[in-house]
Formats: sequence, structure tokens, C-alpha cells
Amino acid sequence: MVTREREDITERELAIHGVVDQKPTRTEIDAFIESHEFPLVEGSYTTFVYRGPAEAVFLGHWIYGLPSSQQFKRVVGTDLWYLVMELPPDSRIEYKLQRTHHGKLEWLLDPLNPHKASDPFGENSVCHTAGYEIPEWAQPDPEARPGTLKEMVFESAAFGSARKVVLYLPARFRTTRRYPLLVVHDGPEYLKYSGMKTVLDNLIYRLEIPGMIVALTHPEKRLTEYANHQPHARYLTEELVPFLESELPLLKQPRHRGLMGASFGAVASLATAWRYPGFYGRLLLQSGSFAFSDIGEHQRGPAFDPVVEFMNAFREKPKSVSEKVFISCGTYEANIYENRSLVPFLQKTGMELRYVEARDGHNWENWRDRMREGLSWLFPGPLWMVYE
Amino acid sequence: MTSENRTIWLLGPQYHQPTLGELYEKLDLPDGPIAVVTAGWQEREGEDEELDGHLGGRSLDLELYRRADRVFREDPEFREAHREMQHKLREVEGLYDLRLSYVVGSVRRLLKAEGLEELLRPEQEHAIEQLRELDAWHLKRILDIRGEFETTLKPLEREVIAREREEIRTILEGAPALVITGGHVAVLLNRLRLFGMKELARDKTIVAWSAGAMVLTERVVLFHDHPPQGPGNAEVMEEGLGLCPRLVALPDGKKRLDLSEEDGVASFANRFLPAYCIVMGDGDCVAFDGETFSAEEGVLRLSPNGTVEKVTSW
Repeated sequence: MVTREREDITERELAIHGVVDQKPTRTEIDAFIESHEFPLVEGSYTTFVYRGPAEAVFLGHWIYGLPSSQQFKRVVGTDLWYLVMELPPDSRIEYKLQRTHHGKLEWLLDPLNPHKASDPFGENSVCHTAGYEIPEWAQPDPEARPGTLKEMVFESAAFGSARKVVLYLPARFRTTRRYPLLVVHDGPEYLKYSGMKTVLDNLIYRLEIPGMIVALTHPEKRLTEYANHQPHARYLTEELVPFLESELPLLKQPRHRGLMGASFGAVASLATAWRYPGFYGRLLLQSGSFAFSDIGEHQRGPAFDPVVEFMNAFREKPKSVSEKVFISCGTYEANIYENRSLVPFLQKTGMELRYVEARDGHNWENWRDRMREGLSWLFPGPLWMVYE
Repeated sequence: MTSENRTIWLLGPQYHQPTLGELYEKLDLPDGPIAVVTAGWQEREGEDEELDGHLGGRSLDLELYRRADRVFREDPEFREAHREMQHKLREVEGLYDLRLSYVVGSVRRLLKAEGLEELLRPEQEHAIEQLRELDAWHLKRILDIRGEFETTLKPLEREVIAREREEIRTILEGAPALVITGGHVAVLLNRLRLFGMKELARDKTIVAWSAGAMVLTERVVLFHDHPPQGPGNAEVMEEGLGLCPRLVALPDGKKRLDLSEEDGVASFANRFLPAYCIVMGDGDCVAFDGETFSAEEGVLRLSPNGTVEKVTSW
């Protein structure tokens, strides 16, 4: 396979032009495809390629700021289609191909790209530009001792119904030791799409975070419960956490208690901490949907009404709700503006804040890739002290 | 320098490649239980079935972690004073870290600087000297705080500690050897110090690894080149028991340090001269007879010239 790592490559030097300009035969196209990995990253250029019958092919992606559909060119007289884009290094981009065939539009995974990512809506193809690598600590490590997952059902008075919670107990769990607690919104999704168990196993094994107990919660009506919903905050703070503290060997100081979530889950985390200031000493907020309106009506739909109301109130009177807050957001997602603009409001409160950005979108693998930095900052492990 | 007629054996980490059993066979120890300290494992102290297997079923855990818990429970005055001392030590460590980041930063920048050798070299050497001075200053601060605590509290004379210590002494009297495992290095060192283990184990053959090896040296140096947070500046934690002089033990150094980074290796090695900075990796074994360290198969030393060299004795 040929990969091109020169940084100063010009567009005319791209491998695709060697094919396009030659009026290639079927055999030459076969050879070109077999000898490269796709999408083909050469310097700052990325070439997407599709081969097959179509009337038109587009790249459907979720990069905020670029037209969401980018048209491929067809190599005249062939079934080879291509699109060259200039993309920044260290980027991770989820996409699908949009193919029109027999007048019908289809969304396809890129058949030439083995990299895929899943989310609750299905799968996407993934493009890694120069410099991006799947973090080693996010991949299963046979040496890492595995923690265990245990499902429980919790009767919530706040909701008047039962709630599912998956508990993560670290490897070598001992009732004689006391552990920090992390409560996670959208727990099953974090497990399934962000590989959170693998990440926890690895970071704990590497001593980068302490052995911790993680309560992976699951909503029933997500858009309602996560949008600054009093019963949700009450469920977590007055019911679930006290129950876990009575049943499990947990450290009970706020600095050992964290709340985490992504997108609406980040809103739910901040809103819960806001309703119970000081209870959660650690917040990990990923790509929060922190919609607000400085003037006039927001344009995000009715589900965002309570979010906007909450965020406007928070921005009007920012207050300290936790001790340390870690925020991450992808620069290719629409939420970047809201997250960036939240930072100075949080800084005003005196809370210790760390804000990081990555060239990625609003997706679970972006949230996976930021977990090490966030968790190890909020819950530093005994790396410096333990030599086994 | 130790003058006792015994050998101290320092091993590489035992997690992936246990070599304790092999050494145990080789030592052919006289009868009696083999005293074991697993206090570095904290709550898991005593969960040493595998360890016991390597020691022919003869291990007897001294339970220093549990004994310390008992001391803190039964002697509230001591517990409070100890907590206060630990608080002071943490404060001092924070201040040291603050200064360290600047001094280490200047050493790193100077080692990468370009210019006339005759002008640059003295600056580099002086910067490393400043680093040594800072380490020495920090050790003195720690010693002062500990000294004040020991003068005031006289730990070894306190009833509960003396009682526990007597039990340990009795076990050790019948034990031909003492094994100290790895784990949390500060917890381990605190427990060994609390019960005056240096004196109690005076004549014993000692086998130790990882944190266990670190606490036997003169200076416990904490290190990691690529922590998830912060710059990874190696720091002196405090004085060890001093049974193995002229050695800075770096367990799992191949994983924790970037040994291909010559400037980093050189500054590390020069900072702790004349001690040898030794990477204790899987399968390594070093013997110290009170005068000389020897490693039959060789061990890796961080050399002051920035390379990593194999040494067999020093």
C-alpha cells in the first residue's frame, strides 16, 4: 500500500491525478485502487474515491462550516469518482457517501475505507487525516485487568418509575478500600460507542486514574430529562448517589464525586450540579448542547426551550457549582460556538476549568478520545507513587 | 555504607516475569518463615498466595499496613500529629514542585541550546547543579519536618507502636530473610519507618523489587516521562532507608522513561551523580553485599553522557 507523508505536496502531485490524467483503463484503475488506502491522505489533501455505477456521488459529512454535501467528479469514460479536499492535520471526520443511482439517492458506507464508527443511528465511515491515530489507551490491552459491569434496577421516587443503572467496579475491587464515584449520562452509549469500559480498564491499569466506581445511567425520555429537569437532578443527587454511598465503599467528599455527559448529557450534568451546587466536585462536559439566546428567539426547536432558559439564567448569573470542570468540544461541530462562549462565564465563577478542542465532530469517538485527558485531570491516579 | 554481613537482592518487577521463585531456590535459606512486607499493596496487603508459592509456602506477612491502622486507631494523639506532619509534607512538596518545574525547564532548554561549547557547557553544568541543590534543599525540609515530629512524638517509644514492633521483632528473629514487594512507595516507606524496620531487619537477607527496591536506597526518586498531565519532571520524594547507597532505583524504567532521549537521560543521570540510575526491568537481578553492587546478567544504567549502558557491577 502506498501512503504519502510529504507535507509540502501540491495538488497537482496528488496520486489521483496520475490516474485521471491518463484516461485510465479498467486494469489501471484496479491497480490504482489496490495500491492505495482510502481516503488517500497526502499532505494536507485528502482524496475520497468511489468506484461503481452512479449518476452522481457526494460526500455527506458533519463538518460544521463546510457545505454538508460535496460533489465527486467522475473520471470521464470510467466508473471512478473522486473528491479532493484540503483538510487540517489531526482531523477525524465521520462521513457517508451519497450516491444517486437510477434516480434514487442512497447513503452508503465508503466501500474502500475499513474505518467505521457506530452511533445509535448506525455506522459511518471515518477519515483520519495526517497525525490522527486511535489512542493506544482506547484499545483493548490484554495486560489490563478488567473491571466488571453489573446491571441494577433502581426505583426512583423522583420519576415514580424504575431506572436502569450499569455499575462499573474496577479490577481488584475491595470493600475495604474507598473509591471515587463517577455518574455518567447515557451510560450504555458510552459503553457501546465510546468503549468506556476499555478506557476505564486501561487508565486504571496504567494508574492514570484511581480505581473508581462508575454509575452508567440511562434515561427514559432523554430530551426531557436531560434538559434541566428537576426530577432528574433529584433522582441522581437525592436518590441514586446516596443509595450507592450506602451500598458501596465510596469516598463521600465532593472532590471524589463526578458527573459526566455528552451533548444533552453535558447539559444534564451542568444543570444537575447547578441545582445542587458543591455536591459534585468534578464535572466532565463533552460537546455540551449549551444553547442560549442573547436576544430574540433561539432556532433550535422546542426541545431546547428549557436548555436555553437554563443557559440564559446561568450566563446571566454564573455561579460556582463544582470545584473542577473539564470541557471538551470538537471544532467541526455546531456546538463549538456555544462551548467556547461558555468558558469565560465558567472562569468568572472561580471554578478550576480546563477547556480542550479537537478536530472532530459531534460523535462518540470524539468523546472517547478526550476521556483520558479529562478523567486523569479530574481524578488523578497514583501513577507517580505506585511501582508494582 | 552498610556493614552487616548480608546480601540485599533487588529484582525487576514481578508482575509479568516473576523471578522470585528462582532466587528463592538459589538462596537455599535456613529454616523458618520468610517475613514479607506487602504494605505497599495497601488494602490488598496479605493477598499474597502467588508470592507464597514462589517462597515455598514459607511466607509470613508482617502486616505493617494493618498494624499501622491499629496504631492510628488506638493512639489518637499520634494519629493527629502524624496527619499534621503529612499535611506539612504535602505542602512542602507542592512548593518544591513549583520551583522544580522552572529549574528542570531551564536544564532542558539549555541542553537543547546551540552555541559555542565553551560558553554553553558551564551554563548546562551550573543549571544541573542548581537542580541538585534544589533536591538537597527539599530533602532537608522533609528531614526537618520529620525530625521535629520524631523528637516530639518519639514514635518508637509509644506503647502501641512498641507493642506492634515487639511482635514484628519476634517474627523476624525466626526469619532468615525479609521480602519487600512493590506498590505505593510512600505508604510502604511510611510503614517501614513507623516500625523502625531498618533496625529490626539489620541482619536479614533482603529481597525487594519495584517500590520495595526504591525504599532501600538513599533517595526515593519518583519518575515518569509521559504522564497524562503535567511535564513529567522526576522528583525526589524523600530519603529512603539508605541500605543501598549510590543507587537510584528506576523500576519499569523502560516503560516510564524515554530512554532514547539523550538529553533527558543525561540530565537525569547527572542530577543524581555519583549514584547510579539503574533501570530495573523484567527479569533483572542486582545483589548488594554492603560494598559492591553486582548484576550477573547486567542491568541498564542511565549514563551521564546520555546513553543507556549495561553494567554488571559498581
